[in-house]
Amino acid sequence: MTTTIHPCTPLDETTSYSLRQCCLLCRVNAQMIHEMIEEGVITPGGDNPQNWCFGATHIKRIQVTLRLQQDLRVNLPGAALALDLLEELAELQRFVSTHKP
Amino acid sequence: MKFKDYYQTLDLKKDASQDEIKRAYRKLARKFHPDVNKSPSAEEKFKELGEAYEVLQDPEKRAAYDKFGSNWQAGQDFKPPPNWDAGFEFSGGGFTQADASQFSDFFESLFGKSSGSSHARSGFHPHGSFHARGQDVHAKIVITLEDSYQGAQKSITLSRPGVDQSGHVVTSPHTITLTIPKGIIEGQQIRLEGQGAGGSGQAGNGDLFLEIAFAAHRIFTADTRDIHLQLPVTPWEAALGATIPVPTLGGTVELKIPPGSQSGRKLRLKGRGLCSAGQTGHHYVTLTIVTPEAATEDQKKLYQEMARRMPINPRQGMFS
Repeated sequence: MTTTIHPCTPLDETTSYSLRQCCLLCRVNAQMIHEMIEEGVITPGGDNPQNWCFGATHIKRIQVTLRLQQDLRVNLPGAALALDLLEELAELQRFVSTHKP
Repeated sequence: MKFKDYYQTLDLKKDASQDEIKRAYRKLARKFHPDVNKSPSAEEKFKELGEAYEVLQDPEKRAAYDKFGSNWQAGQDFKPPPNWDAGFEFSGGGFTQADASQFSDFFESLFGKSSGSSHARSGFHPHGSFHARGQDVHAKIVITLEDSYQGAQKSITLSRPGVDQSGHVVTSPHTITLTIPKGIIEGQQIRLEGQGAGGSGQAGNGDLFLEIAFAAHRIFTADTRDIHLQLPVTPWEAALGATIPVPTLGGTVELKIPPGSQSGRKLRLKGRGLCSAGQTGHHYVTLTIVTPEAATEDQKKLYQEMARRMPINPRQGMFS
């Protein structure tokens, strides 16, 4: 029996999506992305919507925000705060694991 | 099938008020949400909470569950009595926003299946469409540092929700084989297009997003792309310098310890961390000096001789 290897796309440091691509990938409308930018949930590269570029970290923050909104009824400022704290926690955990005796 | 004690799941007494149920669920949901809680068991716990809340928040379902629930213990072998739900009207309806496709067999045997599209955790609301694309599925995949270093082929089995011909949500095991991209790091995602949940009508499947987590390694730790290793060395290797073999993810390499090294000195092996096509990681070696035991008289004399001939005050400057 042959095994089918499914093609996959890594979302890594080289990832760069336009606003349209980002909306399709995360299944949200542009208005929602605008609101997330307004609240500081994400800060895409580029200085206007035409050349905004969204990296892997932005995609993940959008996806987590959507889940927090859906599952925990967290609003956008709350999601932005939770994301920042979660990132800080992950950084501290990495620091502890690489500095333990 | 095992009996599930939904009150125990939410840490509640059986006479809890509806407000208490809501508060307990919200508190525990925040604690065990898989995006917040990184414990491997969090996702399972979060699903259990959702299922318990689905039943207890609905007075009809709760009353039906309470009708026989008092005679059962969590984990006990369970089969619903025939017509146990006579007099209640909830089968197949009244579901909340929770992802009903993830509920247990125990739940389904009592309350049936949700007939709506399951969309929780996707941020996508396919109401009113007969051609709704399937939901995106998010899951974690634990790989080793070696898998990331050299790339690897992996098979994973997920319980995939889909919609059958009569519109019911059904789950089926789905095995996917994929190639882990070389240099992928913890926290990054891999997207498999069309490998998410099945859509309804002619719409396509959703996508599968796999978030990478690293399994704990016996000797290495990873900090993004960099690999760290604590390397024990002898006092004479540190003092006099030496070239010693060091394990890395790519195999053993010879590392030159500069003379006069102290414990805690960090040495870098350039490009020997987790590297992808455009990114480079390094391998950091932190020296830890291991002092030999002074067990015999001879060995003690040697230390005393060192104390005489190489006086040092390592605590200089600690006292004002």
